[in-house]
Amino acid sequence: MDTNVTNKTKWGLAGISIPIMLWTLIPILWILATSLKSTTALADQGANVFGNFWPKNISWENYSLIFTGGAKDLFVPALWHSVVVCLAATVISVVLATFCAYAIARLEFPGKKAILLTALTVSFFPVIAMVTPLFNLWRILGLFDTLPGLIIPYITLTLPLSIWILTAFFQQIPWEMEQAAQVDGASSWEAFVKVVAPLALPGVFTTAIIAFFVAWNDFVFSSNLTAARAQTVPAALNSFTGASQFTQPTGAICAAAVVVTIPVVILVLVFQRRIVAGLTSGAVKG
Amino acid sequence: MSTVEDTKTGARSARRGEKKPQISDRTRGERKLGWKLAGPAFLVMILVTFYPIAYALYLSLFNYRLTDPAARKFVWFQNYITSLSDPLFWKATGITALITIITLIVELVFGMAIAMVMNKIVLPRKTLRTIVLIPYSIITVVSAFSWLYAFKFDTGFVNHWLHFLSFGAFDPTYNWFGGTWSSLTIICLSEIWKTTPFMSLLLLAGLAQVDQSMEEAAKVDGASWWQTQVKVVFPSMKAAIMVAVVFRALDAFRIYDNPYVMTGGANNTDTLSMLVGRETVTRAEIGMGSALAVLLFIFVLIIAGVLVRGFKVDLTGDKN
Repeated sequence: MDTNVTNKTKWGLAGISIPIMLWTLIPILWILATSLKSTTALADQGANVFGNFWPKNISWENYSLIFTGGAKDLFVPALWHSVVVCLAATVISVVLATFCAYAIARLEFPGKKAILLTALTVSFFPVIAMVTPLFNLWRILGLFDTLPGLIIPYITLTLPLSIWILTAFFQQIPWEMEQAAQVDGASSWEAFVKVVAPLALPGVFTTAIIAFFVAWNDFVFSSNLTAARAQTVPAALNSFTGASQFTQPTGAICAAAVVVTIPVVILVLVFQRRIVAGLTSGAVKG
Repeated sequence: MSTVEDTKTGARSARRGEKKPQISDRTRGERKLGWKLAGPAFLVMILVTFYPIAYALYLSLFNYRLTDPAARKFVWFQNYITSLSDPLFWKATGITALITIITLIVELVFGMAIAMVMNKIVLPRKTLRTIVLIPYSIITVVSAFSWLYAFKFDTGFVNHWLHFLSFGAFDPTYNWFGGTWSSLTIICLSEIWKTTPFMSLLLLAGLAQVDQSMEEAAKVDGASWWQTQVKVVFPSMKAAIMVAVVFRALDAFRIYDNPYVMTGGANNTDTLSMLVGRETVTRAEIGMGSALAVLLFIFVLIIAGVLVRGFKVDLTGDKN
């Protein structure tokens, strides 16, 4: 698909991508810049360059605060919880949703509209209204402030969304090709692995990324269904306090934000290859 | 391939036809397999979400304050009547709808443009695709803080940059969070920055599924770039567009973190979710909070219904 792009289009698109990247990156750089500012630089505009953007002297004090200093016991376990809980919820949701979406897109059976409708309805319910009932139930079941006690609500956040996205993807796969492969002598399994799976993979990985981000982002469940032993990063950030009650923890929040963003960027990079591979194989179909 | 089509239509007419109650073994097998595959997901969804939703509906009929459980009283639909007759509720609804419409339109246009660039781009391809995704991976609360600090006149840089770019015409001490419209602008900007990647990712995946040969055929037939997009590309990725728009609209309508962090609802920037949050968490008025949540839920369902109808896409694949 790259070959039919003319040179002019190629450079034109490269040019267009620059403002897109700037728009995306400036707020990111800003978080990074703020995380590198010392307490004095945060208060004094003279200590920064580029119109109060970048600090003249880089300071690591915010990072030492969250990793070895006062916020360590709050931040480090929270980071670990976030990773475990979000990965578990993502894997469970995407596996369940893949089967479900395959069935809906591919098979004839009564009730599939009901499943889609339920998924949609469930995902529309305001999260904040589920907190009180879950809080009561979790205390009875002993799930309050445990990792499974967060994984389960995160499945409710990610599963309906995954089912919908995947069904839309699977809908676009030309299933006739699977039959054609079988006619050409491939077994059902071979036809599935060689024809359907490559077309379905970009959808599955895209869904996994979205599901992971949704879970990673949650603040409401984590701050209300956990106390200390299972808190995730967004809720922990909220408990950050400054050095004294009059200083805002601006720098510490930004440092934590940078740290939290790094694993996700790595994740995106890892999945990226799969997505690109999947998308290109999807593009040469037909 | 034609035999497959025949079996499928056969199964369908068997399901519809009242005169033929007998179904073939193949159909029965397909139905069983269908539920075997879809059942677990359905079961999990029902188990985990049905109870909280039903309980919230039940609570919404009570006058129930968490700090005073003894005074809990069944009041029928009193909470709903109180909310619906309160101008504060309608103001929050209006603000929420405004934010939803603005961000949705901007994000759809931006998201589509970015997806198209990402689809065809050759040069900084991987870099672009990775960079575009980053905002979506940033926790909303964090991104809200970042935009708040950036636009504040004491800690921020935006006023300095605007002052420089406008050759000194822009007042560097301008307070963005002092008025309704300027606050809403930042809330929308931050929301757009944060969630456009979601749109473009879904749209990109849709774009990649569009049949290239059809696009080329349109080009050979003399269609302009725009005609090709409107007549060939957009219709083929309708399902992807619908999913992106529906989920974005519903998410935007439940906006909470951004206005919460930036204004806390000052200057008339309260959204519906913030009302719900304030009632349930801050004021511990569980009954009223649940009623507001149910109303928000009903609004969202109406939006979803309108959008899904409007797009006329049937994901179950019954293309009649």
